[in-house]
Amino acid sequence: MDLVSNLYLGLSIALQPHNLMFCFLGCLLGTLVGVLPGIGPTATIAMLLPITLGLDPATSLIMLAGIYYGAQYGGSTTAILINLPGESSSAVTAIDGYQMAKQGRAGIALATAALGSFFAGTVATVILALFAPPLAKAALNFGSPEYFSLMVLGLICAIALAHGSILKATAMIVIGLLFGLVGADLYSGAQRFTFGIPQLSDELNFVAVAVGIFGIAEILRNLQSETDRDVMVKKVANLWPSGEDFRRMAAPVVRGTALGSILGVLPGGGAILASFASYTVEKRLSRTPEEFGRGAIEGVAGPESANNAGAQTSFIPMLTLGIPANPVMALMIGAMIIQGIVPGPNVVNQNPDLFWGIIASMWAGNLMLVLLNLPLIGLWVRLLTIPYYLLFPAIMAFAAIGIYSINSNPYDLYTLSLFGALGYALVRFGCEPAPLLLGFVLGPMLEEHLRRAMIISKGDPSVFLTRPISATLLVMSLVVLAIVLMPSVRKKREEVFVEED
Amino acid sequence: MTFNRSDVGAGSIFVAIGLFFGLMTLYGLDIGTARRMGPGYFPIVLSGILIVFGIATILKGMSHPDVERGPLPWRGIPVLLSVPVLFGLLIRPLGIAPVLLITTFVTSFASRRMSLLAAVALSVGLTIFCILVFSIGLGLPLRVFGSAVEPWTRPIFGVR
Repeated sequence: MDLVSNLYLGLSIALQPHNLMFCFLGCLLGTLVGVLPGIGPTATIAMLLPITLGLDPATSLIMLAGIYYGAQYGGSTTAILINLPGESSSAVTAIDGYQMAKQGRAGIALATAALGSFFAGTVATVILALFAPPLAKAALNFGSPEYFSLMVLGLICAIALAHGSILKATAMIVIGLLFGLVGADLYSGAQRFTFGIPQLSDELNFVAVAVGIFGIAEILRNLQSETDRDVMVKKVANLWPSGEDFRRMAAPVVRGTALGSILGVLPGGGAILASFASYTVEKRLSRTPEEFGRGAIEGVAGPESANNAGAQTSFIPMLTLGIPANPVMALMIGAMIIQGIVPGPNVVNQNPDLFWGIIASMWAGNLMLVLLNLPLIGLWVRLLTIPYYLLFPAIMAFAAIGIYSINSNPYDLYTLSLFGALGYALVRFGCEPAPLLLGFVLGPMLEEHLRRAMIISKGDPSVFLTRPISATLLVMSLVVLAIVLMPSVRKKREEVFVEED
Repeated sequence: MTFNRSDVGAGSIFVAIGLFFGLMTLYGLDIGTARRMGPGYFPIVLSGILIVFGIATILKGMSHPDVERGPLPWRGIPVLLSVPVLFGLLIRPLGIAPVLLITTFVTSFASRRMSLLAAVALSVGLTIFCILVFSIGLGLPLRVFGSAVEPWTRPIFGVR
């Protein structure tokens, strides 16, 4: 059995004491920052990424993955206890989770989220182990036209799943693509948009771009209205759900896991869609739909499982194709590149220890999260009471140190400022930042494959249509685009995303 | 006449960025042909798309009513956007310790709630914490004191 021996290899890497330690550290740091409101997982990972660069590649990615699901988990805690979702995918959890907390069932809501997430994480890890290698194998036959078409499909999905106006989401992607081109041209070596500044010829530092448009813009948004957070639950007691609770959460957890595993693979934030879809499904299937919005345990169990499964399976396109499904995966790809690993289908073969080590560590990490979160909940509750005005100077300091320590290049800090300004302005004008970051990471790859494909085909653009895989991908892009532009879907889409705000 | 300031604002930014990249490309990069694309081919296509989408967003905003967006953080914007620049300018000459003291102190004033005493305490505390964690704990390549202040700090702290 290939799968068994591969998982064994993965476990032997993931269970090495220092990998376990960094996985734990990642989960801990992720939860810590995730619980602190006002900073989402993307900014958290961007900020903490530099400290992982001194580790060996497998350990550093294991730690980053730990930070990711730790931050997601912390986000749910905040959503349940103070109705302030740290990130959009736990916005759904806040609806019923906060109501449960109001009824004195905060502990049970938290335990439901933890157990559901753990189940979803375990299943999604197996799915990842089953489906990633064949996909990577298929992708080995991909040439430049296929990669180009695949990225087009990815970007179109990102537009489809972005909040708000399609026009703006598309423009955000194009802005990202353009800024991704700053630096020396791969083919001719020509300096592009660098103003002759040698420090810019390496392309813009993507951590600075990410922290700017997510971190600084987020802090500014929080400073818009400084209000006291009301932590209603001072002490969380009674963590263990009753038999009745278990019975009610079982089916939603399974359905949520299935939905999340499928939707998580989609580029552009499938995890968010997954938690919404799961909530809608549970509400529709429930015999007591009127309980939803008033503290229904199904409304916590389903979306939390979906969200976590989606977070896990979003690693599939990242690990097998080198294409990020969401901004966090974009950061992971950036980290891989800094570590000297070329993201793409070869990772499975050339770095099996890294590939299987990450997969196995996810399972270990999910278990740690349960152990870390439920007994220590009192500590996290206390963290929630730290006033924001003491937090954001610390966030700024960590971000600046982190970014500077990557290359010791002061220009990276000027990039941070520039993208903070741009990010805040665009977010205030109703644009979503995630597509920009995806475009930024994909920009150089998209251009490279386009140019290479055109050289191979001697300037004949029909190459994208005559190769079957490439043609299929482009047709899929058209279908997605057509669906999104259909008037009925457009209306529905706006409703869904309005509900979220 | 009312218009949607979000759409018009976003559209204007799109057009401005499109024009910036487009003009930089036209006046400095070889565009080439579809068969042999030069360094300017991809950027000029993207800038064109961005300008078109920007104009479309502006036009859409002209026919929609405005929405309320809440107050702007008038202290936060200048403070948070200048702090990284300050950090970048001072980090080489001063080193991480003085820079953190200064930037954290400045950052604190982005919030209306911060008092002078709290700002001083936070700056000192955070600086010590960061040096312990990042410089000593994680061993990041950061000089605690830069060349400009080193002669004065060496007798007290030694070489760091």
